[in-house]
Amino acid sequence: MATLEQTTEDILQLAASHFKVSRADLSPTDDLFVKLGINSLQALDLLTRIEQHFHIELPDYELQGVSDFRTLAERIQSRL
Amino acid sequence: MTAEASVSAEPVLLDKLEAGVLTLTLNRPERLNALNAALTQALSAAVERAAADPGCRAVLITGAGRGFCAGADLRELYERSQELRAAERAPAVRDFLERIHRVMNALDSAPLTTIAAVHGVTFGGGFELALTCDLIIADKMARFCFPELRLGLIPGFGGIPRLKRDVGNAVVRDLLLTGRSINAAKAQSVGLVSQVTAEGDALRVARATAAQIGKFDHETAIAAKHFIKPIPHEELRREIELFCALFTRPAVEAGLRKFVESTDALPYLP
Repeated sequence: MATLEQTTEDILQLAASHFKVSRADLSPTDDLFVKLGINSLQALDLLTRIEQHFHIELPDYELQGVSDFRTLAERIQSRL
Repeated sequence: MTAEASVSAEPVLLDKLEAGVLTLTLNRPERLNALNAALTQALSAAVERAAADPGCRAVLITGAGRGFCAGADLRELYERSQELRAAERAPAVRDFLERIHRVMNALDSAPLTTIAAVHGVTFGGGFELALTCDLIIADKMARFCFPELRLGLIPGFGGIPRLKRDVGNAVVRDLLLTGRSINAAKAQSVGLVSQVTAEGDALRVARATAAQIGKFDHETAIAAKHFIKPIPHEELRREIELFCALFTRPAVEAGLRKFVESTDALPYLP
């Protein structure tokens, strides 16, 4: 199973690719909504990418209270 | 093109008949194609014309912009209800639902092959619209959701009975009671979506599917459709009653007000 660090890195790469930002500009503790400047609709797109990449289902309500990439990675880890 | 126009003077519904296949495009991208009165009326007229046109064998429904359809235009619904006195709201919402149900039932039972080609947000009334179609073909980035419970309501455009017609009751409960969204792959795995396509390919695949069905005897295809896809009239009626009973509660008004006052595209998420 992937480590938390690996999962976090995968999310950062996915986010950078999907929202066309440099991976180097993102860090695990960044507030993803603020850093990426995304709304709920764009967050859903990211969620779909995450589900496809990790082959998991992550209900959108699991994103409640998630602000940074590392916490998101923890939620994903619990589904792997 | 249909004559109905939105605020931006663009038709709210685009139509194009080609080789017996009518493509209807929900065209309110700035509102994620939310179903307002004008779009519903245009959809109704288009379906009526298509059903009466011997040169039309199939209808494809798609959406312009970033998603298929975000559902009912809640801003319009809220604003219209606010223009009414409290005692007038229940009859008005019932009238609104009756009109929507007539459109949905006409589409559901139309003597045509109907295919929803969906992408992005396919939520609430948009999901319910897709469920009236014979087949749903989904772009891999499509998401399906019944968010109504987040507003203190239930789906009101026939969604629960039609979803129950197509998938198991446990799936209906999951989607209805959690209000969570599911992706296209999950929707296909539960039997809701017939085909999942690459990004941007749903309409092309829907056209190919309509062409395939068009090779068969039309009368037989429609007889088969009506045999296997009965309209759940009794449950649809009960859904209207339940929606109306819930709608006039203060919690719903508060939920709708919060929605209207938000600037986010989908303020009820996550």
